[in-house]
Amino acid sequence: MQPAVKRIIFYVLLFAVWQGAVYVFQVSPSLLPAPTDVFASLYEGFSNRTLLYDLLASFQRLFIGLAIALILGLLLGVFLAKSKTADETLGSLILALQSVPSIVWLPLAIMWFGLNEMAVIFIVVLGATIVMTINVRTGIINVPPLYIKAARTMNYRGFRLFTKVTIPASVPYAVTGIRLAWAFAWRALMAGELLSTGPGLGYSLRFASDFGDMSRVIAIMLIIMLIGILVDLMFFQRVEKKVLKKWGLATD
Amino acid sequence: MGDVLFLSIKNVNKSFTNNGNSELVLSNIQLDVKEGKFVSILGPSGCGKSTLLSIVAGLASATEGSIELNGKAIKGPGKERGMVFQQAALFPWLTVEENVMFPLLPDMSKKEAQQKALQYLKMVQLSAYTKHSPHEISGGMQQRVAIARALAMDPALLLMDEPFGALDEQTRSRLHEIVENIFLETKKTILFVTHSIAEALKLSDRIVVMGTQPGTILDVIELDFPRPRSQSKEELISYEEKIQALLKSEIDKVTEKEQNHAASR
Repeated sequence: MQPAVKRIIFYVLLFAVWQGAVYVFQVSPSLLPAPTDVFASLYEGFSNRTLLYDLLASFQRLFIGLAIALILGLLLGVFLAKSKTADETLGSLILALQSVPSIVWLPLAIMWFGLNEMAVIFIVVLGATIVMTINVRTGIINVPPLYIKAARTMNYRGFRLFTKVTIPASVPYAVTGIRLAWAFAWRALMAGELLSTGPGLGYSLRFASDFGDMSRVIAIMLIIMLIGILVDLMFFQRVEKKVLKKWGLATD
Repeated sequence: MGDVLFLSIKNVNKSFTNNGNSELVLSNIQLDVKEGKFVSILGPSGCGKSTLLSIVAGLASATEGSIELNGKAIKGPGKERGMVFQQAALFPWLTVEENVMFPLLPDMSKKEAQQKALQYLKMVQLSAYTKHSPHEISGGMQQRVAIARALAMDPALLLMDEPFGALDEQTRSRLHEIVENIFLETKKTILFVTHSIAEALKLSDRIVVMGTQPGTILDVIELDFPRPRSQSKEELISYEEKIQALLKSEIDKVTEKEQNHAASR
């Protein structure tokens, strides 16, 4: 059986069991609404455009944050790869910060920037920059020495060697870095919106929760999940696969 | 032209420091190469032949001694020396054509570089593959692109470090033909590192046989046979036996040392 067919059957069964369980045990909708209620809430949210506006607001913040993070991560990664002292000092701090979920910075961010967009964007930037930095650094350090040797015999050195060989040779790692940065940014954004202010998907989720509207809560959870999967699968994994193949790093 | 002293390696020693112990890899290497000659450096693995080539390329430096090309001391890499490595070392983000243009682009327009690249790709019979990516062509073809790329700089000296070591037998003999034709056509001086006696006998004007621990030159054999050579020629067989005898004592030496080392533990 095709994996896709297996998956479809699995999800149909999952929703059927869910629906059946809610019906049989008469579960209160404020504990667990039936899938039909969730889909009705999704439909309502999109037809009166509230969810659409939430999506747009969240995406706007995400792209601003992600763009800043990618640029910062690239610069920091290059800096760490090129300066041994920076790598031994700042590098250790960045590795340490990686183990701190960026959302724990929110109280400080709110103090610094106020309860507004800036605080959320700060959380997104922080979450995505660190993982981008680490990947760019690793990519540059792992450039095959043979490429550098070959380029040197062709009289490339210094800045030109760096821009023409080192940078393109580390593209596969940078692509992985971008993919992970997106994933981190997406999670950080949702957490940030949930705990601060809107408009946005995370904020609407909390708003719905405050009014006990669990159908809307689950509807928004589904959107968050779907977007995460769609961007990762449809976009990043494809690009990553192509790049790895072209760079001769694919394992298949 | 043929008898001008071209490349001169004088008293080269090279040692690596490993865990505080200094190990001599090349000892007192003396070698003069005349312009337009095909010289092979033949020896067992670990004899420092690749290290010697790296020093000539300017990628490594000698601990003692000097190397001169046309009377000028070598200090670092230069465009008058092209290098082909055991792996093709093509840049995967560039097409075949762009790889060959790579050494040219700093100095000439894109159009000129493109024309030159095509010229050298024709020489290695790959002009039909200009727009391919390196991962789309075979290992033998990749190595031909690498040769075209090294030639594109029009170097006076072509350095080849076991360039066909990773290829299968058929591909290898086809590449021997291509390299021999390039040698005859361009009259480039070639310094060719190999561990294959047959390969050295087929291609070289001179074979420098190296021994190991430390790397020294054991003998230099002049081969004055017309090209192309068939490998079954009787004169060549006598040379093959001679080289084999030379190398056998080297391999025995390594084995004996290993055994002593094991016994002393």
